[in-house]
Amino acid sequence: MTEPTDIDHDLAAPSRRRFLREGGALVGGAVVAGGLAGREALAARAETDNLPPNVPEWMKAPGDPMGSQLYGTPSPFEKGVVKNIPKNLPQYISASGRTPLQDLDGIITPNGLFYERHHGGVPTIDPAQHRLMLHGLVDKPLIFGMDDIRRFPSQSRIYFLECSGNPVYKKPYGKTASDLVGLLSCAEWTGVSLKLVLQEAGLQAGAKWVIAEGADAAALTRSIPIEKCLDDAMLVYSQNGERLRPQQGYPLRLLLPGFEGNMNVKWLRRLRVAAEPTYSREETSKYTDLMPDGTAREFTFYMEAKSIITRPSGGQKLGAPGFHEITGIAWSGHGKIKRVDVSVDDGNSWQEAQLQEPVLTRALTRFRLPWHWDGKSAVIQSRAIDETGYVQPTLAELLSVRGDNHFYHNNAIWPWRIADNGEVTNANA
Amino acid sequence: MRTREFYVAMFAAAALTCATSASAQSPYGIGRPATAAEVAGWNIDIDRDGHNLPPGSGSVSHGHEVFDQQCAACHGTKGEGGVGDRLVGGQGTLATKTPVRTVGSYWPYAPTLFDYIRRAMPQNAPQSLSNEDVYAVSAYILNLNGLLAADATLDAKTLSAIKMPNRNMFVSDPRPDVKNPACMSGC
Repeated sequence: MTEPTDIDHDLAAPSRRRFLREGGALVGGAVVAGGLAGREALAARAETDNLPPNVPEWMKAPGDPMGSQLYGTPSPFEKGVVKNIPKNLPQYISASGRTPLQDLDGIITPNGLFYERHHGGVPTIDPAQHRLMLHGLVDKPLIFGMDDIRRFPSQSRIYFLECSGNPVYKKPYGKTASDLVGLLSCAEWTGVSLKLVLQEAGLQAGAKWVIAEGADAAALTRSIPIEKCLDDAMLVYSQNGERLRPQQGYPLRLLLPGFEGNMNVKWLRRLRVAAEPTYSREETSKYTDLMPDGTAREFTFYMEAKSIITRPSGGQKLGAPGFHEITGIAWSGHGKIKRVDVSVDDGNSWQEAQLQEPVLTRALTRFRLPWHWDGKSAVIQSRAIDETGYVQPTLAELLSVRGDNHFYHNNAIWPWRIADNGEVTNANA
Repeated sequence: MRTREFYVAMFAAAALTCATSASAQSPYGIGRPATAAEVAGWNIDIDRDGHNLPPGSGSVSHGHEVFDQQCAACHGTKGEGGVGDRLVGGQGTLATKTPVRTVGSYWPYAPTLFDYIRRAMPQNAPQSLSNEDVYAVSAYILNLNGLLAADATLDAKTLSAIKMPNRNMFVSDPRPDVKNPACMSGC
């Protein structure tokens, strides 16, 4: 047995041994902390010690015992993959945090990295004391507890969710894919079709809108057209197989596939069926888009087709010329992604990317393009086309129609510049 | 309603066999009736015409006092903004390079002010103000924007009657409004 004798190992060994000694008897934070310290120290050792022809350290002793983590967390080597929270905001009660899109694969966002937008903080709600009230233009106003909601026939669907301000139109633009469009995530949602719940109360003539209200400190309120409520809208209680996280509306949220994020009311406590929208603050003074002539667009529900390359993307660095897969995500509030085009020559020519099956309605779609980088500077970008034939526009095309006072619903193509040293930056910045 | 009637018929048998407290018109018999008092306690929605505004009233001068105590720390003593949104001014700026969106310049409907303040403000203690205080603060903010006289008092009727300057400037969603020709080569 060849025992490494470098200083790093000497420092690491005591905590590793302590961890092994205590690990069999204890579960919980203390053991995990000891284990992490040991592993981090191990990681700092000379790289070659664990490489061929040597036998790696982690094969020479048993690993963590069963029960070291009662709820699993990522490897300590992935501790940098966290939500992207803006620094130095004036306050964090009404604020947003972004998904690190450039660090993720596939189309499903882990629950712990799902983007967040709160208007009055994250409430801690006891599900036993949570109620959903359904009233207004219905035959029979009803109140449901969470056990009631879960008695309805359930369904599971994969849908993306995107904040409407993702990103804004004015500079400065962000550096990374997360900075630009990280208010975007995708999950498998389980709950009940809203249509079934509305039918339980019986819709009356003249029912054209449903006003949804959250049980948070903002009592956030949005008006939803009845057509959407009777189509694919859901009342959701689980996300990616487990109950909703508090940040995502525990114990109950509205899910309106393809509609701007804030309409998917979290901590849902009330649905009022009405003939007219309520014209709440969040659908008049906010989430409306100013045009150059001073008019403002209201009730702009759908998030239009969009895509972004997540690798290579801003903040990353290509190691050497040669093969590099280009990959990213595309989505559309209007349905399935039909095609994604990628350009590697600053938009002079485009080629069709491969789409990863399954391509789902109103879900993220992963695209890929094999690419050989010649080591010279390049600009790469992607362009999504959805099943309606709609083509994702350039930022210049968007700005020429909407101007830069428009705040929400920016679905522009976002190009990345790759320098000859491999560094990737925002080509629009 | 054709769809619902079909649905009701489809599930009538199931509802009868597993009926609890719900009537036969509910396909699944899930949930319990909401009483009028329960609905009244939770339904705080005020629409753009002021429907459901509560009794009571508040003066601009009382609103000034409440604003100084409850709002000024975040929104500024004159509603000029700070940690919280700017509330005052900006009229005539919406079509310029630097639009200033405030209650006075941007909000289309005055009753929304009551609705939002009551449900969400002050941020550290929402739903803590009395209806009278909410009327008063609404009156003061409208006064700061030159939309209500300094000696005025607001109630359900007078708040609903206020016409906001930007009322007619909202348009419906015209998208898709931007076209990309999807050029493939020689672009």
